[in-house]
Amino acid sequence: MADRSFTARRSHRFTGVRGGARRWLPYALIGPALVVELVVHVVPMALGIWFSLTGLDRSTIGDWTGAPFVGLRNLRTGLDPAGPIGAELWATLARTAIFAIIVVTVSWSIGVVVAWLMASEFRGRSALRVLFLVPFAVPGFVAAIGWSFMFSRDYGAVNQLLVDGLGAVSDRPFWLIGDNAFWVVAVVWIWNVWPFAYLMSSAAMSAIPSDVHDASALDGAARWRQFWSISLPLIWPVNAVVILVMSLWAFNEFGVAYVLFGPRPPESATFVANLVHGHSFTDAAFGVGAAMNLLVAGLLLIGVLTYVRIARRCGWCSSWRCRCWAPVPREGRRA
Amino acid sequence: MRRTIALLAAFMGSTTIVAGCGVDDLSTTSATLTYWVAPMTSSLEQDEAVLEPILDEFTATTGIEVDVEVVPWSTLWDRIMAAVSSGRGPDVLTIGKAWTASLQATGALLPFTDDVMDEIGGADRFVPVTLRSVGVSGEPPAAVPLYTTAYALFYNTTLFEAAGIAAPPDTWQEFVDDAKRLTIDTDGDGEPDQWGVSIVGGSGITATHQAFILGRQHGGSLFDRDGNPQFDSSAQVAAVRQYVSLIATEHVVAPGNAEYTSALDAIDQFVAGGAAMFFGQSIHQSVLADMGFADYAVAPLPVLDPLPAGGRDTRTFVGGANLAVFANTDHRDAALALVEFLTSPDVQADWTAETATLPVVTAAYDEDDLDDAARVFATILRDHAEPMPQVPEHAQMEILVGGAITDLMARAATGPVTEDDIRAALSEADARLTATR
Repeated sequence: MADRSFTARRSHRFTGVRGGARRWLPYALIGPALVVELVVHVVPMALGIWFSLTGLDRSTIGDWTGAPFVGLRNLRTGLDPAGPIGAELWATLARTAIFAIIVVTVSWSIGVVVAWLMASEFRGRSALRVLFLVPFAVPGFVAAIGWSFMFSRDYGAVNQLLVDGLGAVSDRPFWLIGDNAFWVVAVVWIWNVWPFAYLMSSAAMSAIPSDVHDASALDGAARWRQFWSISLPLIWPVNAVVILVMSLWAFNEFGVAYVLFGPRPPESATFVANLVHGHSFTDAAFGVGAAMNLLVAGLLLIGVLTYVRIARRCGWCSSWRCRCWAPVPREGRRA
Repeated sequence: MRRTIALLAAFMGSTTIVAGCGVDDLSTTSATLTYWVAPMTSSLEQDEAVLEPILDEFTATTGIEVDVEVVPWSTLWDRIMAAVSSGRGPDVLTIGKAWTASLQATGALLPFTDDVMDEIGGADRFVPVTLRSVGVSGEPPAAVPLYTTAYALFYNTTLFEAAGIAAPPDTWQEFVDDAKRLTIDTDGDGEPDQWGVSIVGGSGITATHQAFILGRQHGGSLFDRDGNPQFDSSAQVAAVRQYVSLIATEHVVAPGNAEYTSALDAIDQFVAGGAAMFFGQSIHQSVLADMGFADYAVAPLPVLDPLPAGGRDTRTFVGGANLAVFANTDHRDAALALVEFLTSPDVQADWTAETATLPVVTAAYDEDDLDDAARVFATILRDHAEPMPQVPEHAQMEILVGGAITDLMARAATGPVTEDDIRAALSEADARLTATR
C-alpha cells in the first residue's frame, strides 16, 4: 500500500503542472546529439550540394557565400564524358571500381582463410596473432613511406628480390611511375586492411559453437568441407558487413596514393578521391569537385542499398550459396 | 525549478557546442604576430635555428613578438587554402612565387599599393626582376619578394677534368656532347654507372621549370598575353621534347631518374659520382655543403645556339618565395614592420648567406661579401632570368603540365616517346585547364 501511494505521488509529479516541460525534456536531452548530427552530417552535405551548383573558385573562396549560382554547369563540366574533365572522371571511376573489387576480394580472402587457419590451437598462435595485427597498428603514412622505399626501382627490396634474387625479370621494372603504380597502391592497401577482415572473421568464428563442427566431423566432413559448408555460412552475416565497409574504404581510398605520389599521382594510381581533391584544392575549382563528389556519393548510395538488400536476404538463409542472389519466387519468400 | 534548470542545462549543452565551432582565437587580440615560414634549408629544425636570432632581433627592436611556424612546402598550399576559406590565417606568411597570382585572386592578401610600399621603405629597394613575380601585372603587388633563387648547371670538376673537358658547356649541343662523354661504364658490366646528367625526372614542378626555360629559348610561352594556356604550341612541344630527349634518345640520364621526385635524389647521385652534372638551384649549395661535398662549380644552364626565331637567352626562372600579409590581420602595422625588417639589407644578406639563397634588395649585394658561386648566380639573375607567367592558374598548370611531362619521362625510361605523344599529352593538359576556366 505504501508502495502504491509512492507510485501515485511520483506519477502525479510527472503528469503534474509541468506537463510542458515534460514534453520538451526528451527533445532537450537529444538536443546536443541532434546539433552534432546537423553540424557533422547534414550541413556539410547540404553545403556540398550547394557548392556543386555554384562557381566556387579561388576568387570566391574567401567569402564563399557570395559564389555565383551557375546551375548545372559544374555537373556538365565534371561529368560530361565527351569533355576533357568528364572523360577523366569516368575513366577514374572505372579504375577505382576495378581497384576496389581487386583489393577487397584479395584482402577479404586472406583475412578469412587466415582466421580459419588460426582457429585451431597450435604453438605460437598468440605470437602470430599479434604479428598479424601489426599492419593494422602501423600508421598508414609511415607504412606508405616504407613501401615507397621498397618499390624504388634501383635500390628497392622488391626489385632486389625479383631481379637479383629470383631472376624472375631481367629488366628492372619501375613500380612508382607508369602503369605499375596501380599495383603498388593495391599491395599497400591489401597489406594495410587484411588484418581487419582477419580480426572480424576471427571474432565471428569464435562464436560458432564447437558442437556444430563436432557433429559435422562425425558425419565425416573434412576440414575443407567444414570451412566451406559450416564456418563460412555461419560467419556470413558478419562478413556481409565487413565486405561492405571494406568496399567503401577502397572506393574512397585517398591516403596511400597521396603519400606515395603526392598531389598528382601517376594516372594509373589516380582514384576518385585523388581526382576530386586535385580539382578542389589544387585547381581551386571547388564547384567542379563538389559536382564530382555528388555523383560519387550517389553511386555509392545506390551500390550500398543494393548490396544491403541482397545481403539481408542472404543473411536470413545463412548461406551464401543459397539462391538468395536470384530473385526469390513469391511462394518461397520468407517473412 | 530543478527541471527548468535541467532543461536549461541541456540547451546550454547544445548551444555551447554550436558556439564552440565559432570561438575565435583569443591570441589575435594580443600583440603577437603569427608567421608561417616555408622551409629554406633541408630540415625544419635548421630553419627554426636560422630564423630564431633574426626574429629575436626584431622583437628586441620593436617589442613585437613573433610566433613562427615552419610549414613544409608539401602542405603549405593546402594550409593556405584552408586559411583563405575560413578567413583565419597567420598575419604574415611566406608563399611560393608561382602561387602569388592564384592567391591574389582570392583577395585574401593585403595589396601592396604605392602607399603600403612606401610604409615598408619603397619599391625601388628591390632587385627589379624580383618585382615581376609578385602578382598579375596591372594590379598592386599581392606580396613582396623575400628571397630568390636561380637555376644553374652544377658540374663535378674532378669528373670534367678526368674526361678532359676544360670549360663547362654553354650551348645545348656542347652540353649534350659533354654529357655523352661523361656517361661511362666504369666497372665494365655493360651498363653505364656514371651518367652525364642527373635530373629530377619524377618532379612535375621541376619539369614545368624546364618547360618554361626551354620554351622561352624556343620562342614559346606557357600562357599568351591574355593568360590563355598554349601548352601545346610547337615551341612548347619542342622544349618538352628536348628535356625528355635526355632520357629518351640521348641516353645521358639514368632511366631510374624518372622516378626521382626530390632534388635530394639527384644530389645524392651527383655527390656519389653517379652523375657529372645536375640542374640545380642556388639553394642546393647549402645541401651540398651539409653533405661535405665541395668538388663542384656552377655555370649558367646551356642555351640553344643559334636561338630559334623569337627565342630568348633565358637560362633560369626567378625562383624563391614572396612574403605576404593576410588582408584581415588585426595587426597590420606590426605585420608591415616585420615585412620591412625581413627585407632590410643586413637581414637579407645574413639570412640568404645562411640558406644559400639570393637577396632581393639591391643594397644587400653591396653589403654582402659574395663568394664565387653567388656571383655566378647574381649574374644569371641579372642577365638570363625571366619570371614564370603570373597567372591565377599557375598551380593548376604545374599539376597538369608537370604531370604530363613526368608521365612522358616515365614512358621514355622504358620505351620510345614520339613527338606526337608529347603533343597529345600537352594538348590534353591544355584542354583540361581550359575546361575549368
